[in-house]
Amino acid sequence: MADTPKPEELSKIDHAPPLMEGWMDVPAEIRPGIYCYGAKAKNLAAVGMPNARDWNPADEDWKLPDNWEQIVEEGMKDRLDKYRSFKLFMDICVRCGACADKCHFFIGSGDPKNMPVMRAELLRSVYRKKFTAAGKILGKIAGARKLTEEVLKEWWTYLYQCTECRRCSVFCPYGIDMAEITIMGRELTNLLGLNIDWIAGPVANCNRTGNHLGIQPHAYKDMIDFFVDEIEEVTGIRVEPDLNRKGAEILFVTPSGDVFADPGTYTAMGYLMLFHYLKSQGLDITWSTYASEGGNFGFFTSHEMAKRLNAKMYAEAKRLGVKWILGGECGHMWRVVHQYMNTWNGPADFLEEPVSPITGTKFETATGTKMVHIIEFTADLMRNNRLKLDPSRNDNLIVTFHDSCNTSRGMGFLEEPRYVIKNVCNNFYEMPPNTIREQTFCCGSGSGLNAGEDMELRMRGGLPRANAVKHVHEKYGVNMLSCICALDRAVLPTSLGYWVPEVAVTGVHEMVANALVFEGEKERTTNLRGEPLPGMEEEE
Amino acid sequence: MSLKNLLSDNRSSIIKKWRDIVISTYPIDTQRFLKKEKDRFSNPVGQTIAEDLEILYDQLTSDNDTDKIARSLDNIVRIRAVQDFKPSQAVGFVFALKRLIKKELGSDLKADDLRDQIESLDERIDNAALMALDIYSQCRQRIYELRVIETTNQVSRLLERANLKIEIPEL
Repeated sequence: MADTPKPEELSKIDHAPPLMEGWMDVPAEIRPGIYCYGAKAKNLAAVGMPNARDWNPADEDWKLPDNWEQIVEEGMKDRLDKYRSFKLFMDICVRCGACADKCHFFIGSGDPKNMPVMRAELLRSVYRKKFTAAGKILGKIAGARKLTEEVLKEWWTYLYQCTECRRCSVFCPYGIDMAEITIMGRELTNLLGLNIDWIAGPVANCNRTGNHLGIQPHAYKDMIDFFVDEIEEVTGIRVEPDLNRKGAEILFVTPSGDVFADPGTYTAMGYLMLFHYLKSQGLDITWSTYASEGGNFGFFTSHEMAKRLNAKMYAEAKRLGVKWILGGECGHMWRVVHQYMNTWNGPADFLEEPVSPITGTKFETATGTKMVHIIEFTADLMRNNRLKLDPSRNDNLIVTFHDSCNTSRGMGFLEEPRYVIKNVCNNFYEMPPNTIREQTFCCGSGSGLNAGEDMELRMRGGLPRANAVKHVHEKYGVNMLSCICALDRAVLPTSLGYWVPEVAVTGVHEMVANALVFEGEKERTTNLRGEPLPGMEEEE
Repeated sequence: MSLKNLLSDNRSSIIKKWRDIVISTYPIDTQRFLKKEKDRFSNPVGQTIAEDLEILYDQLTSDNDTDKIARSLDNIVRIRAVQDFKPSQAVGFVFALKRLIKKELGSDLKADDLRDQIESLDERIDNAALMALDIYSQCRQRIYELRVIETTNQVSRLLERANLKIEIPEL
């Protein structure tokens, strides 16, 4: 986190706004390639969101309710009263500009309204006009402006060009969390039915069917069965996963993306193999076809929606009667669990404090939520020498690690993934210090912006991350970018496909499974992707 | 004096002005950052422009290594192809070098014996501009390709598992 600024540093702050003159008079342009499609009526109606109608952001008419301005004003007032952080963040910014050049969208696009300070200013200007005396009286001189339809469109344009990654907040001397401002801004747009469909669709699906894509239980099971066959082909071992088994000790919940899209599927196979390996050591775990989504796009909609979707995982844990929940490699799922779950749906007192049945380690940080990230679980197994590993099986990989925004800045998982990676592969190189750990750059497509229609935006946002990957590729020959987030696995192959096509993407547990030595396994000649293992090229 | 010597004597001032021209295609508030921040990881756009324009200048005015020209053009154009530029704006910076050299060297270029050398330099810059256009076009095509790949990847496993498609097995 940001160091507390010393008085002499604070006194040096230039109070002149670093912002472009006359920015209020430059309207936002809704350009193809940058914006995401508007939420469909059916997806908003399915979860009772207001103003459900089909609309197109590129049209002049956004089909707003007649009293839209009143709705926004009341919504803003309600949130200023409810969330002290929002009120504080609206008031305390001195526009020092420390955050200005830290946003991947600003760095990649060069659009000044993507400077975090500027993005916040879009909201603050309206806040001043409506809620501060100076703004009401002095107007523009006090940085205040009226809320017009044009301003609303500008809000929408830039609120959906922020991935809520919080890199800017690391550099803010006041600790202003820009993500919180975007979250509030997006809540306000949702009061008018102005979500994007790439978020609204998954939310509606998740609410009804249990996952983003609307995959039904039988299809989910079918996919797991397919993995079981694939694993047997590679290892000769037939893993026997449980689904929806009541009375299991642990419920496993993971993002559905890993079950249905490559390369996440190999990470899902990795989980299956690890669980099978640990069965004889006492692991009693079940998957669920109902809590079949770790991700939570409700978090990109409103707190209420995020709470609803988060509650589903816990309802399933209760139904199955498990003691605690183990979660797969995911990013925002963990921000939700770690920072919000306890307030929304806690305490989960029908569950027990998570204890590893293999090592006896108590996961004290999860005492409140009763939910443990698998990277922590696996790191603990390795620390206690419970896994027989052959890292040379990953010798064809020269690996670097992308810290996901949510697990690094949101949870502090900085060492665990690195510890696990170093145990399962011999060639590991870090990217430059100002692009990893707390200062990591976002994948460029987080917070529900991983649609297809905004591909240009995603490439801009992905540039700073890819630029660092390119550096380690050129310097050390890195050919694999590892991560512990399903969204990263879904979007980084595309971003790297544009910027550094020589580098592929993997989940950490895919590498774990490849290195894991089972008793009675056949001689392995390929990895989970069917590629020959180092030294086995001839056999293929 | 040969054109090569003139270009080499004025190297740093021309490169600096060329960089200013490219940077001036960005909004005013962004220009300051693009010029000021020297860390290539904090400022990939500004630093790519700075580093690759220098390479391009040297290659176009003297060494003429096509691979190096292509690589540097790719670095810059790949970025501009996803920013708020029309195609002509994205690659137009290459032509700007021609005008800039003529403006900077002015009367020195009037000597008769330089005419052939100037023509040959113009031709190299024109060729580089055409290469930039090719690269721009490839970048745009790549974006659409990636969109298709991503969509296919999202659903193909599902179609297979739902028995909506059965592919011919491997031999």
